Amino acid sequence: MKQASCLPSVKQPTATLTRKRGLLMKALLHFYSTLLLLAFPLIAPSDGNAASTKTRPIILATTTSTQDSGLLDLLVPLFEKSSGYSIKTIAVGSGQAMKMGEKGEADVLLVHSPEAEKQFMAAGFGTNRRLVMHNDFIIVGPLTDPAKIRSVSGVADAMGRIAASGEIFISRGDNSGTHAKEKTFWKAAGISPEAGKWYQETGLGMGQTLNVAAEKRGYTLTDRATYLAMKKRLGLVILSEGASSQLNIYHVIEVDQQKWPMVNGAGGKAFADFMVSRKTQQTIGSFGSEKFGEALFFPDAGRKPSELGL
Amino acid sequence: MELILDGIVKALQLISTLDAEVFAITLLSLKISATATLTSLFCGIPAGVLLALSRFPGRRFIISLVNTGMGLPPVVVGLFVTIFLWRNGPLGFMEILYTPAAMILAQSLIAAPIVTGITIASIQQLPTNLKLQVRALGATRLQTIWILVREARLPLLAAVMAGFGGVISEVGASIMVGGNIKGQTRVLTTATVMESSKGNFETAIALSIILLSLTLGVNYLLTVIQQRERPR
Repeated sequence: MKQASCLPSVKQPTATLTRKRGLLMKALLHFYSTLLLLAFPLIAPSDGNAASTKTRPIILATTTSTQDSGLLDLLVPLFEKSSGYSIKTIAVGSGQAMKMGEKGEADVLLVHSPEAEKQFMAAGFGTNRRLVMHNDFIIVGPLTDPAKIRSVSGVADAMGRIAASGEIFISRGDNSGTHAKEKTFWKAAGISPEAGKWYQETGLGMGQTLNVAAEKRGYTLTDRATYLAMKKRLGLVILSEGASSQLNIYHVIEVDQQKWPMVNGAGGKAFADFMVSRKTQQTIGSFGSEKFGEALFFPDAGRKPSELGL
Repeated sequence: MELILDGIVKALQLISTLDAEVFAITLLSLKISATATLTSLFCGIPAGVLLALSRFPGRRFIISLVNTGMGLPPVVVGLFVTIFLWRNGPLGFMEILYTPAAMILAQSLIAAPIVTGITIASIQQLPTNLKLQVRALGATRLQTIWILVREARLPLLAAVMAGFGGVISEVGASIMVGGNIKGQTRVLTTATVMESSKGNFETAIALSIILLSLTLGVNYLLTVIQQRERPR
């Protein structure tokens, strides 16, 4: 570097400038090394992740409602503490969650789209499907209720009236459990809504869809848990509820390890067992009563679907 | 307006009480994006210098690819990285999907073209005589490159800022490859998306304010270094 070091003299820098330059390089070096130090602990632990099956993390694919309502924030730490597993919760629509299960990209599913779940099981993607809890679907909309659905009994009729009035209806449009349920209601009402200008699909989670409905003063179909958890800010009220066809039922499904060897079968089973255990069921039953004045989910483990009127 | 004020109050609250979760999320954002920026510097600067100084067929085409890559949509990067990292994808054996490592990978891919592009530009704006002079003084090839990079270091700092700014504020790829998992891959941007979808707008605003202050802080530091000495 002999020749190189004499280069700065071409530009005739003063001694102080050279010194300053040295300081600058030092500062830069210092900055980069701090960044490296900060970064290092990140890379190190991720190597150890795949070490043993016991510590192999579990991927839980679930609906947005379990996350947006805050239930999983409560349950996941409890599970991780009692089982020693670490869990990766991916909150997507039930449709996408089951797609992940089909491809072996998730170990266990917590979903609420019973018809699609039955197909999933029939196709042999899951080993065990157990009832966990339920709440119900409700139609919410602006207090003024421009489509006058409050007086209508039966959700399909209420939705028929929204369609006839041309008031805005916000749909999830994302193949989620809620979207699947909505489609069955449209079918029952004998309406294909996709053509209508009043029918708008967000393609987003329940929370965001409720926000959109609130902004546009539209109607939407929602699970009760997400609605209650967000009610404070929305300015939307419940306009249709109570019919047995409106039940929203959650199952936990273990993904079949035979199909995809990478699936963490033991971990998936551990989480499914945890969800239906007595203690967890109690936690689910009391979740939300304090904060929202009523329970968001009703525990159902061990019951038969027929007891829910299915 | 009231909501924004509430958000600012909440942000101050979260910062002043050193809220453990927010602190961890902030630190994780910083770690992931800093590592990604560093990685992209290690690849982008040599690649940029090479492209700026060498002449070979197809060079213009590659440079135009790099320039296009400077605007690479993060969701596209996120989608492809996710597909590659799926358990049954080509890189599935690594089992890094939904980990910070996957986020670093995606963010590095987003930042690398930015760094490369700015490097090309800053090396090319050096006076052509400089290169000739250095060679004439007998510097080897490597020494020449080193001197040119040193001469271009101030504009190169802009590459660091642009790269870092690009990845720390990016949400599309982070949420896809990271999954926004609490305590593991939840960073400031993904937490902001989640909190606003939950309707917790004060918290979302608070997180945004923290994110903005963080980027401002880092960029301020870099700007101070950059402006301390102006070339010529």
